[in-house]
Amino acid sequence: MIPAPFAYARPTTVDEALQALAAGGEDVKVMAGGQSLIPVMRLRLAAPETVVDLSKVEGLRGVRDDGDAIVIGAMTTHSDVLSDPLIAEHAPLIAEATGTVADRQVRHRGTFGGALVHADPAGDLPAVALALDAEFVVVGPSGQRTVPASEFFVDYLTTAVGEGELLVEVRVPKLAGEWGMRYEKFNRVAQAWSIVAVAAVVRRENGRIAEARIGLTNMGPTPLRARAVEEALAGAEATPDAVGAAAARAAEGTEPSSDLNAQADYRQHLATVLTRRAVSAAAGL
Amino acid sequence: MTPITVRVDDASYTDDVEPRTLLVHYLREQLGKVGTVVGCDTSNCGACTVHLDGEAVKSCTVLAIQADGCEVTTIEGLARGAELHPVQKAFHEMHGLQCGYCTPGMIMASIDLLKDNPDPSDDEVREGIEGNLCRCTGYQNIVRAVRSAAAEMRGGSDGTGDGSVPPASVSPAVVDTAAAPHVAAQS
Ligand SMILES: Cc1cc2nc3c(=O)[nH]c(=O)nc-3n(C[C@H](O)[C@H](O)[C@H](O)COP(=O)(O)OP(=O)(O)OC[C@H]3O[C@@H](n4cnc5c(N)ncnc54)[C@H](O)[C@@H]3O)c2cc1C
Ligand code: FES
Ligand code: FES
Repeated sequence: MIPAPFAYARPTTVDEALQALAAGGEDVKVMAGGQSLIPVMRLRLAAPETVVDLSKVEGLRGVRDDGDAIVIGAMTTHSDVLSDPLIAEHAPLIAEATGTVADRQVRHRGTFGGALVHADPAGDLPAVALALDAEFVVVGPSGQRTVPASEFFVDYLTTAVGEGELLVEVRVPKLAGEWGMRYEKFNRVAQAWSIVAVAAVVRRENGRIAEARIGLTNMGPTPLRARAVEEALAGAEATPDAVGAAAARAAEGTEPSSDLNAQADYRQHLATVLTRRAVSAAAGL
Repeated sequence: MTPITVRVDDASYTDDVEPRTLLVHYLREQLGKVGTVVGCDTSNCGACTVHLDGEAVKSCTVLAIQADGCEVTTIEGLARGAELHPVQKAFHEMHGLQCGYCTPGMIMASIDLLKDNPDPSDDEVREGIEGNLCRCTGYQNIVRAVRSAAAEMRGGSDGTGDGSVPPASVSPAVVDTAAAPHVAAQS
């Protein structure tokens, strides 16, 4: 099918984009890479009156060093992320997870910011952003604000980005000390979307796990932190037994959905197994 | 209607399109480039793959209006006169197709992969074309075709330019007769 008719705006600055959003009528949609939006428009699950295409907006694409953080522009494509030296150095978890997203065609157009604002529970980058304590820079008619990852993902396909607002960039703090990271994903071979996945970021100190941050993909309507595991790992010995015991708590407090790929209890089982693998790898075990 | 100017397979076109026109429909219906096909409604199958400014994209998931000012290469723009592109030739020689519906997309995705990785392993080929589905071949001969083309492209047109030899696993499809007894029985 082809999308329903819509008016199309292609602004070249953030200000113009905000104006186009304000002028776009009742149902206006931002388009980044279009790799989620065009499919839903083709299926007529969305039929916006106006589409504001960000692809020509200056300054939203690319990664820069900002001292204690790296800053990733919302329009940086998945393929740009995979070849970016700053991401490879400071946040290799993002590249690892991005490498599992979709396929090379979709990665050429789909964007880092689009995947985060789309906030599909099975999407790979939200849990990664959560585990890295990223911050989201959002602009709107009343100016700019910064939203921590813990407040960004509000509900199923819903983020803190309001109507008339844009995500412009994401700040990822640089980590000091001896950190390891790993993304463990379980999916069907012919479909890249995660059934469950786990993002682990672990700091080791003197043979112990000093700190661990665990993000869970597709274990509820939003990405989650596995707080019980994080608490059990803080100060724990970096041994397979200690990691296994902590990882057994990965599904605590989660309410994953059941669908044709997996029942809820199977997802909970997967979460414990993938958490053990991800933490073990991140801790260098 | 909005005017766009696009270069497709080395020719320039200026046309009016509706914003909702998908690039694949513009190519097929307005330019008659029916070599690029549509296989699904969900951006999954990759049959519609073309190169947009040198990068493989699913042309069913790009608006024609977004190609304004860009360069598009379709399967129809690969051959030089009667001479097929090495990847086209390898799909032919290695029996990398049965019904052929997935083939234009497979070839465009494979060329994109070989640009980044000129010497992929079997697994790297399988991952590199994960966005392209084939309902016929079981992929075995597609992987062979891509590796054979890779060897040819690395080695120059006679396959010997840099002394590299095609990988041992690359040979014409005789091996597959084991998996297709009706073919074996005929030979
Ligand atoms: C076949 C296929 C397989 C896929 N597999 C995976 C997978 O395995 N894992 C995965 O994580 N993803 C997967 N995806 C989705 C892919 O990652 C998309 O790139 C991503 O979800 C959306 O990014 P986009 O830039 O294309 O956004 P778009 O489709 O353009 O936009 C998505 C949504 O976000 C909004 N939006 C986008 N950017 C902004 C912004 N800067 N400010 C405000 N709102 C914005 C749009 O309005 C829209 O609602 C897949 C997609 C396809 C087609
Ligand atoms: S037709 Fe484009 S991906 Fe199937
Ligand atoms: S040859 Fe028929 S779909 Fe691939």
